[in-house]
Amino acid sequence: MAFYGGVHPKYQKEISCSKPFESMPSPEIVHIFLSQHIGAPCTQTVSKGDKVFAGQKVGESEAFVSAPVHSSVSGVVVDVLPKPHPSGLLSPAVVIQSDGQDKLHKSVKPRKNFDKLSQEKIIELVREAGIVGMGGAMFPTHVKLRPPEGAIIDTLVVNGAECEPYLTCDHRLLVEEPEKIFSGMKILMKALGVEKAVVGIEENKPDGIKALSEAVEDPNIKVVSLPVKYPQGAEKILVKVLTGREIPSGKLPLDSGVVVENVGTLAAVHEAVAYGKPLIERSLTCTGSGVTEPKNLRVKIGTRMKDIIAYCGGYKGTPERLFVGGPMMGIAQPTDEASIIKGNNGVTVFSRGTFQDPEESPCIRCGKCLEVCPYTLVPFYLASLVEAGKFSRAKEWGILDCMECGACGFICPAKRFLVQRLKYGKAKVMEAGRK
Amino acid sequence: MSGQFSVRVSPHVFDGNTTSKIMFTVILALLPAAVAGAYFFGLKALDVILLSCGSAVFFEYACNKIMGRKVSLKDGSALLTGLLLALVLPPHAPYWVPIVGAFIAIAIAKQAFGGLGANIFNPALVGRAFLLASWPQVMTSWPSVLKVGSPAWMGVTDAVTGATPLSIVKGVDAVSAATSLSVLKTSSIFGELSASSISIYKGLFYGSVGGSLGETSAFLLLVGGLFLILKGIIDWRIPAGFIGTVFVFSLVFGENPFFHILAGGVIIGAFFMATDYVTSPTTKKGRMVFAMGCGLITMVIRFWGGAPEGVSFAILIMNAVTPLIDRHTRPRRFGT
Repeated sequence: MAFYGGVHPKYQKEISCSKPFESMPSPEIVHIFLSQHIGAPCTQTVSKGDKVFAGQKVGESEAFVSAPVHSSVSGVVVDVLPKPHPSGLLSPAVVIQSDGQDKLHKSVKPRKNFDKLSQEKIIELVREAGIVGMGGAMFPTHVKLRPPEGAIIDTLVVNGAECEPYLTCDHRLLVEEPEKIFSGMKILMKALGVEKAVVGIEENKPDGIKALSEAVEDPNIKVVSLPVKYPQGAEKILVKVLTGREIPSGKLPLDSGVVVENVGTLAAVHEAVAYGKPLIERSLTCTGSGVTEPKNLRVKIGTRMKDIIAYCGGYKGTPERLFVGGPMMGIAQPTDEASIIKGNNGVTVFSRGTFQDPEESPCIRCGKCLEVCPYTLVPFYLASLVEAGKFSRAKEWGILDCMECGACGFICPAKRFLVQRLKYGKAKVMEAGRK
Repeated sequence: MSGQFSVRVSPHVFDGNTTSKIMFTVILALLPAAVAGAYFFGLKALDVILLSCGSAVFFEYACNKIMGRKVSLKDGSALLTGLLLALVLPPHAPYWVPIVGAFIAIAIAKQAFGGLGANIFNPALVGRAFLLASWPQVMTSWPSVLKVGSPAWMGVTDAVTGATPLSIVKGVDAVSAATSLSVLKTSSIFGELSASSISIYKGLFYGSVGGSLGETSAFLLLVGGLFLILKGIIDWRIPAGFIGTVFVFSLVFGENPFFHILAGGVIIGAFFMATDYVTSPTTKKGRMVFAMGCGLITMVIRFWGGAPEGVSFAILIMNAVTPLIDRHTRPRRFGT
């Protein structure tokens, strides 16, 4: 049940884990990015001045690997403009001024007998609802439901580990809506034609494990309690721990006969199929020492971070570091202007004096990074290859396997910028591969 | 309030461990052995320790300044090198010895290679090797253990020089104690120990024998070494592989393994020198290979070499092949 390596950062989940979800009212403005998934960006299907309803499609793509985007509020399209994206770049977004009514689009209506739907219909509904992996990767879910010919999928692996420190929205989902997760599992198991499913949850969420175990009424679905160790919820690690299968380097879960979905994605699948509701809202934890009242929220996709923080009572102290996600993998934001996309599970703020930004010192070859890398890479050596510009050698040493979990950077006594060098090196290797 | 935030690549939280914490913990682990050295060999030994540490820190600072680098004293590595060097010097070495040794260790073996993390060889051992090669007599002049408070202990008179257990059995130093030590060395581990053997073993274990300043008390070095293993600072594989190889080698060649482990520098070498992060392998398998190599070369030098002791050179030779060991013991990547 244990995987190699890993680290034990302070989890800090007690800040928010017992706070029930609050639905944040629709903000005045939402920015619906045309790219909030892996794959082809969408092109807008609405134009300036159009009246839109909540759940109405505002962006679409013909490409197979893509997912449509929908308005999360009812109101008027102000424009389509580049806006600050959580990735740190500017990216085109449909800017919608809310009318405060939250009127639903006519396509959003409950579906009776949704358990009688065909596989094909389910996959189509999942695609139409714009569902992507909500754990952070944002890979379009419908693509996973259509494995290439020859691939045999036999197990649905469900990720409820939530190993990222501070974040508790998946935990709350397990506690508050286990039946939605269970329903989402049944729907996807049917779509995939698989009999078995296994859910992995870190044992620091006993109430979540209990709630889901009680909701699951299927002997072929196992709910497994996992040791608390970061990054327990990394896709390949989770698959290894729950099924014993080691997904080969450079391959996908489907190559090992599994499809992995996050619990949040499953709840969204249920809502899409049963209620006809596209992915326009998600659960999210707003937390950290720089937030007055940390909360677990349901927020409309496209809500600006500053609105979320204002809803949580505003900043506390002097906010100095703001990032989307948790502290191990979160992307630091230069401002609070960026808006939430489908894969964002947290907004974390650290205030001055409550965190460290250690200075880098020389590598002393202590080997701690080798001891913690769950993919058994040699981070310090890869980083030195990147510094020396030896990208092809870095590729031989497996740099592309790195998932940027940050375990090496966390443990390093010299506080080396290992993740930064590895990210840069990966980009360089991929760039060379395209030439 | 909406403002500008500082940005940085993830992770945004860190383990509390730092390079300087590691270095100062190792220094702490060495202190008992250093104090024992001063206790057994008197105030002159204390001078050697202070001079070695002081000059190592001074040369580090001077190199930083001359080379236009950031002053790196806070990381504790220079102080540690100075202490390690002192512990492998003769306890009554003349004052210039630790100074020259610290210069070679810090300026040549460490800073000229690029400073902390960039050196190939263990700096303290390079310092010692240089001194040993240049002034062999000075470096093999061993005072006997002194009575606390005696004139020699106070440094008022010169101590009588004696021999180390290893040099005696090698026949380098012909002294009266040679016979019993030779007997000890070749005695079977299963045989009964005579009263004199037991007292010699006690001396070897607690440190009341001739030898380098800090290497004579196996007991205190073991306490420090085990502390470092428990703290997760050093990998048990290195001392275990090193000492284990010495044990097996002695057994195979018909000599007493406990004698070979306790006499000389095996304990300090295995726990404190061979475990230097910078100059030893980073992989678990590699550390085992490295440690066994250290043990093997030590014994080859002791058995067939010209010198009575071989720990320093064994480690230095293995330092040289560390990159090679690292490359060939690379762990299997997940999914390959």
